[in-house]
Amino acid sequence: MADLKAQIIEQLNLQEITPESIGDDQVLFSKEGLGLDSIDALELIVLLQQHYNIRIANPEEGPKIFQSVRTMAAYITAQQTVKA
Amino acid sequence: MNRESAYITGSCIIRQHQVFLNGECIWEAGQELELPDFLRAGYDHFSGQYPKFHKMDALSKLGWLAAEVLLKDTAISQLSPEQVGMVLSNRSSSLDTDLRYYATVKEFASPALFVYTLPNIVMGEIAIRHGFKGENTFFVSDTFDTALMSTYPAQLLATTPLQACICGWVEVMEQQYEVVLFLVENTPHDKAQPLTAAALQALYQQKNS
Repeated sequence: MADLKAQIIEQLNLQEITPESIGDDQVLFSKEGLGLDSIDALELIVLLQQHYNIRIANPEEGPKIFQSVRTMAAYITAQQTVKA
Repeated sequence: MNRESAYITGSCIIRQHQVFLNGECIWEAGQELELPDFLRAGYDHFSGQYPKFHKMDALSKLGWLAAEVLLKDTAISQLSPEQVGMVLSNRSSSLDTDLRYYATVKEFASPALFVYTLPNIVMGEIAIRHGFKGENTFFVSDTFDTALMSTYPAQLLATTPLQACICGWVEVMEQQYEVVLFLVENTPHDKAQPLTAAALQALYQQKNS
């Protein structure tokens, strides 16, 4: 998950945040969490395509997938398992 | 329209890695810095605590930074959101970012760049930062049009709820940039001068050497 956190920071240009400061279960899209916005959500979709060749087929799954770094990592692992 | 009812009450000029507030150089960075590094240094010096700055394009960063300096010691925050407007202009529109965005389209089009492919976004960033909700307009012209920038804001102050207006020039293309912002109000302060094209031209050229 450390790599994924670093990728998120680079993709979203979160210059004042370190991978260590992002909790595995920290909510990504709330003011109490990482405070990401709708443009960040689009950038995360690009990140999945760019780094993992994963396209989200059902947009309604987005809120679940992007709830936290842990849920993103689980989704990536599941998709890679399906492809293997 | 009574043009004497509008006054220039402040100015901020950023060019050649120097920041001028009301004609006085208050900060400068090394000339060797690339524009992104200069902007980061300026942010660290004048602001900080606004992470969204890092997501902005160069045009928005320049305008946002100049507005931070221009408004820092003013009473602008005491006005209601609808009483503060903006009239900005530049030569290159958002072309600097348009080209960067176009370069990403070949592989993965960047949503974060796409949202900055309009020049007026810089006014949105300033408005979000300070809570302004007044009239705002962005013009594109070859040079800083002092006649337009004196008459149009004056008309807004005379005919709309605006009590203050940030006007000026925010230009960037690759490493070349220039920001000249003026605070224009309908009540004079200490060193205020009437808003005229000649006054804007004199302030614009003050450090343009």
